[in-house]
Amino acid sequence: MRRYIGAVLALAAASACRIDSRDDYLGEKGPVHYGVGRPASAAEIAAVDIDVSSNGAGLPAGSGTPEQGEALYAANCASCHGANGEGKPPYPQLLGGPKGNFNFDSDYKIPKTIGNYWPEATTLFDYIRRAMPLMTPGSLTPDQTYAVTAYLLNREGLFPAGQALDAKALVAIQMPAKPHFVKDDRRGSPGGDNVR
Amino acid sequence: MDQTPISRRTLITGAAVAAGGAILSNLTPAEAQQTAAAQATAAVPPAVLPDPTKAPGAPTSAVGTRSAFVTAVRTPTGEITGTSFTPLQALTGTITPSDLHFERIHAGIPAIDPDKHTLVIHGLVDRPMTFTLADLKRFPSVTHPYFVECAGNGRSAYRTPKPEMTPQQVDGMVANSEWTGVPLSVLFREVGVHKDADWFLAEGGDACLLARSIPVSKGRDDALIAYAQNGEPVRPSQGYPLRLILPGYEGNTNVKWIRRIKLGAEPFMTRWETAKYTDPLPGGKARIFSFEMDAKSIITSPAYPERLTSKGWWPITGLAWSGRGRIQRVDVSTDGGKHWIEAELLTTPHSKAQVRFQHMWQWNGDETLIMSRAVDDTGYVQPTMAQLKAARGPGTDYHFNSIRAWRVAPDGAVTFEANT
Repeated sequence: MRRYIGAVLALAAASACRIDSRDDYLGEKGPVHYGVGRPASAAEIAAVDIDVSSNGAGLPAGSGTPEQGEALYAANCASCHGANGEGKPPYPQLLGGPKGNFNFDSDYKIPKTIGNYWPEATTLFDYIRRAMPLMTPGSLTPDQTYAVTAYLLNREGLFPAGQALDAKALVAIQMPAKPHFVKDDRRGSPGGDNVR
Repeated sequence: MDQTPISRRTLITGAAVAAGGAILSNLTPAEAQQTAAAQATAAVPPAVLPDPTKAPGAPTSAVGTRSAFVTAVRTPTGEITGTSFTPLQALTGTITPSDLHFERIHAGIPAIDPDKHTLVIHGLVDRPMTFTLADLKRFPSVTHPYFVECAGNGRSAYRTPKPEMTPQQVDGMVANSEWTGVPLSVLFREVGVHKDADWFLAEGGDACLLARSIPVSKGRDDALIAYAQNGEPVRPSQGYPLRLILPGYEGNTNVKWIRRIKLGAEPFMTRWETAKYTDPLPGGKARIFSFEMDAKSIITSPAYPERLTSKGWWPITGLAWSGRGRIQRVDVSTDGGKHWIEAELLTTPHSKAQVRFQHMWQWNGDETLIMSRAVDDTGYVQPTMAQLKAARGPGTDYHFNSIRAWRVAPDGAVTFEANT
């Protein structure tokens, strides 16, 4: 028995010396820093730090009115999204979806638009800034991006005409769809009859 | 003009010589090799002789090609914003050949210079850092097979199923590769992620700067920054030179061409996790952050447009996978779901990877429905279409993992049946 225990202990000691197991470098035993890579400079970060959060973090200075946005929309957006945001497949409808009910589960053809489905208004600024227009993304200035955002929100009844949309005003907009979004609760479900 | 001292023969493959070759003396060696490779793939295939044992065949080559008799391809749709579907019915084993891995792009495939590409990790960290590709290869790496599945896979079969749908058309937005890269947890420790950072933004370097918010807990778990796919650098369509792999999570979250990770306290609420990739539910709701891909299986043969040419033994084969973990079991029914029998798994299932199942079936010539049902190691059972529609509504979007069936007619013709 003593010989057996000794062999087990020796094996355990040998395993502890192995440096190629996942725990060694991913867990507490491995080096915290490998010292590889370089510090990111403020300029490097600023060049890529273009996201906008729903609390307004990341929104640049600037503003624009729906009226300014209307002209920009016609020039930059209508060719894909339609003169009235009705969409031109494959490019999505932006405006004019039915409001009041949130019953998209009943029929996939019910249009999901900015006003009846988007939970955050800031998403609009973030998305236009990083991805639109499709062929020349990132080509609009902050003022222009505020203006187009203001125009779209105005068309959806979520921002008044004649007013300038800036960071503060954008963050203040409450989107009607927001309370409808719920967290993922599928994990507990066993599927089959009890699929969620 | 100097003639390169390298002989044409060492630069050009035999097929390219047959096709006429290029005037290589004005090109750099790298350009010459590229031209030769392009010509090799564009060259006329060697003639098929009645008896190949009677004359020498084609020479060796720098980059392999398939037999001219092997014709399975992806089916591309759309251009800048589009998809190409994996030919599931043509695959065997568990690995999807890299050039048949489905594509799903939102603003085209960027051509990225690996020497210029960087990954910046910043935000709620002690040390914001920039990593080059060479830097990332100095960290310890891991290698695992994982599936990547688009959250929208199976949408047509859910909404507008047709009998004439191939496995490619039903579920072609899934593929299984061996991924190699740095665990994100290692990079998180390198930069010193703050305790109050609950989310990270993963942002890609394509023309739409696609970005998703991911829980930091997933980053600390099995997430990796992949630089290799099936033994070679990640393909451009799958994110060259760097791709975030989040095992088991919606394909969209496995951000391609990843250029930035930003640690934060809240989700960033990008367009791809709000306007898109949210799942309408009954009762006036929509599910947000539905990351995990639930267990799914599909029989890839017999399937449309095959025809069983006789009664007797036929192998029923297909693929199964789950984003929650390992496939534990695949059941097959050959009588429309009345009876189920456990299929054979041809390899040991890996967590969050595809496994191939097989069931030897003796067809008696009667019309029937064959189908498969996956069970994963959390006990989750793949639901029927009826069960899924009842839970989600007919108008929902994403996560279409219901049981798929194939109808076998008395003449052996096989067609797709969605309503299980």
